[in-house]
Amino acid sequence: MLNRRKLILALAPAAILPAASTTSLAAASETKSADFVPSFFSPDEWRFINAAVARLIPDDGNGPGGIETGVPEFIDRQMEAPYGHGAYAYMQGPFHPDAPPTLGYQLQYTPREIYRVGIADANKSSLGSGGKSFADLTPDKQDEFLAQAEKGKISFERIPAASFFAQLLENTREGYLADPMYGGNRGMAAWKWIGFPGARADFTDWIDRPGSPYPLGPVAIQGARR
Amino acid sequence: MAKRARPVDAVIIGYGWTGAIMAKTLTDAGLSVVALERGPARDTSPDFEYPRIVDELKHAIRGELWQPLSKETVTVRHNTNDVAVPYRRYGSFVLGNGVGGAGVHWNGQLWRASPEDLRLRSRLEERYGKDIIPEEMTIQDYPVSFEELEPHFDHFEKVCGVSGVAGNLRGEIKPGGNPFEGQRSDEFPTPPLPAIEVARRFEVATAELGYKSFPTPAANSSIPFTNPYGVRLGPCNLCGFCERFGCFLYSKASPQTTILPILAERSNLEVRTKAYVTRILRDGTGKKATGVLYVDGEGQEVEQPADLVILSAFQMHNVRLLLLSGIGEPYDPSTGKGVVGKNYAYQMCSETAVYFGEDVEINPFIGAGAAGQRVIDEFNSDHFDHSGLGFVGGSLIYAGATGGRPIDQMMIPPDAPRWGSGWKSAIRKHYRHSAPLGTQGSVMSYRDSYLSLDPTYKDSHGLPLLRLTFDWHENEYKMAAYSAAKMEEIARVMKPERYATISFKPGNHYDVRIYQSTHTTGGAIMGSNPRDSAINRYSQSWDVSNLFVFGASAFPQNIGYNPTGLLAGLAYFSAAAIRDSYLKSPGPLVPS
Repeated sequence: MLNRRKLILALAPAAILPAASTTSLAAASETKSADFVPSFFSPDEWRFINAAVARLIPDDGNGPGGIETGVPEFIDRQMEAPYGHGAYAYMQGPFHPDAPPTLGYQLQYTPREIYRVGIADANKSSLGSGGKSFADLTPDKQDEFLAQAEKGKISFERIPAASFFAQLLENTREGYLADPMYGGNRGMAAWKWIGFPGARADFTDWIDRPGSPYPLGPVAIQGARR
Repeated sequence: MAKRARPVDAVIIGYGWTGAIMAKTLTDAGLSVVALERGPARDTSPDFEYPRIVDELKHAIRGELWQPLSKETVTVRHNTNDVAVPYRRYGSFVLGNGVGGAGVHWNGQLWRASPEDLRLRSRLEERYGKDIIPEEMTIQDYPVSFEELEPHFDHFEKVCGVSGVAGNLRGEIKPGGNPFEGQRSDEFPTPPLPAIEVARRFEVATAELGYKSFPTPAANSSIPFTNPYGVRLGPCNLCGFCERFGCFLYSKASPQTTILPILAERSNLEVRTKAYVTRILRDGTGKKATGVLYVDGEGQEVEQPADLVILSAFQMHNVRLLLLSGIGEPYDPSTGKGVVGKNYAYQMCSETAVYFGEDVEINPFIGAGAAGQRVIDEFNSDHFDHSGLGFVGGSLIYAGATGGRPIDQMMIPPDAPRWGSGWKSAIRKHYRHSAPLGTQGSVMSYRDSYLSLDPTYKDSHGLPLLRLTFDWHENEYKMAAYSAAKMEEIARVMKPERYATISFKPGNHYDVRIYQSTHTTGGAIMGSNPRDSAINRYSQSWDVSNLFVFGASAFPQNIGYNPTGLLAGLAYFSAAAIRDSYLKSPGPLVPS
């Protein structure tokens, strides 16, 4: 089965039928204070991550935001996990960063290095253009900066801006939607928001009822329920 | 200096599906057997226990059960003039690791090939004339027929407790099944599960269009079932954590849930995990294997002498180990000579996402790898007239996701924002009300699509990585466009609020970033003579008669079905010949 999320990013979509009107539903979110102290990110980097996550998944009153659900904590903890150190990726050289994009990730950086290099580059770039580091820009300017980075329309010094943005967005979405034991998706708020029942993993009673709304809220791997 | 282990009758390289099948066959026959598995030991308990297993991040994103690419990967290039670069992060396909191999985290879509798939070149030439096959297309017939494999397909379906409905039972076309399938000797061992919501809507739409939809043959047992080996499977509950996960319910067939329990107590079988085979050893004539060399978990090199060598790793690893061992002539695309690495193929898939209104409850998280899905076979294989279409081959068209994993399987329209407030609104609006239809299409083999050893990149043992030289061809773009149009027609009849199709079009190169299919094939193909194939109809090496090679590496070209049913059928067919003929009188089973 194709991976639609990645395919959409890689291929131009075909024709789409006209959109129907959107029905907005009431948000079910909660806010919790976080006393989390990052292990990997420096204070400056932490300000960047928090500012960026706040724009990628805003706390806008319409569903839980990335900050209140602990996405920055998730990312920091992932950087300390084997994943952050590149344990899942082939990291031997030689590196051909100019290979066709269809041949996949070809930079020499582990996820930790992507953040270390990318945040410094991003701040240098925003300082150069507006005199302020990313976290100090207005939300509108931050959005503009992120959109430019996403499209690769900003040049970073050591890493392609689009590669850095892709890593940041990927980990941000992971943190929002993964099991809460990893530090994000606090209170399973994101699962509640979309209607995913989490780790229930038993639909014996629903096999004969296709099309009926599933009534139960999410559970987490460590047992929390909502 | 390699340590020399006690000689055994047979050594098995790779302990997944075909390794387990051969371990049973050979220990049944009384042989002493050592099975070498590069990854760790794994079993339902404790490795796939609920709730730890239903962790999307750990299993479906990071890939805890997969081969760690940090230690070994492949390199990829689009054509023979390019420099290949490593497949550094998972995307296009997922490699298995550990006991059970990819048979642990597969979807359980258990298909037989169509009879015509097994004699593809002959069939196409007979029906359309020789000109339908372009010169650069190197497709071949299998040296074995559907009728010869049928008893083995049937047996493996019973081993796996497959749920489904027969469409052609002993020549009688049955309602509710696949009317295009080859003649079956028996019904499926367990009945299908009811259709999940998108599949139910697909059934209605395809009926309106005159197509015959049927339940996807699912190695997700629907009822408590005891297989021919006395191993019990339990009913699938559509938990939504099937693909990329081990099954905590003993429902999805895997070596662990179907074969390994009866092997555990056998005194003539020893399974060694974390044993990384680096070479198949031969005697001075080069025509007889004497065993294998491997590196154990402590880094100690071990020579394991054996009279019979079974190569049953994943398709790519089989080919690599043959090349590393110097067995068979490596394929050369410039001359078309040589056989090892020849005819690498893949699959070409498309998808139409259907987005319903909020009054339609899709419940995307209710699903399995195969159970609950529905499919049509009208536009697959040679089930339809290809005259004037400009391509050969075809696709399954199916409805149903394998689950609603929110990180990886989130479906929002392609014009929805990828982040920000708009993304949040979109995932809320669409998550519970969208579903995919998909095509899974065949890919033919070509003179320029092949496998070889990479000249630059090495694995953690310092051995060359396997190099894939592969890109799409005109035939497959046309095939994909044709089947995607049929899929879109079905989508329209399903009356969603909107739909969006993505498929590969001319100009799109093979893209390793996107998961498409782990159904990679070829490189050690079977055939009727040693000039154009690496193994004979019994999966026996033409060059080294005490070496047998199992898996999709045997496929001369790829099919529009999932490969496990066919590769297991080929393994059981060979197992019967090894038991009945080879062990009585070791030597070539087919004169070369």
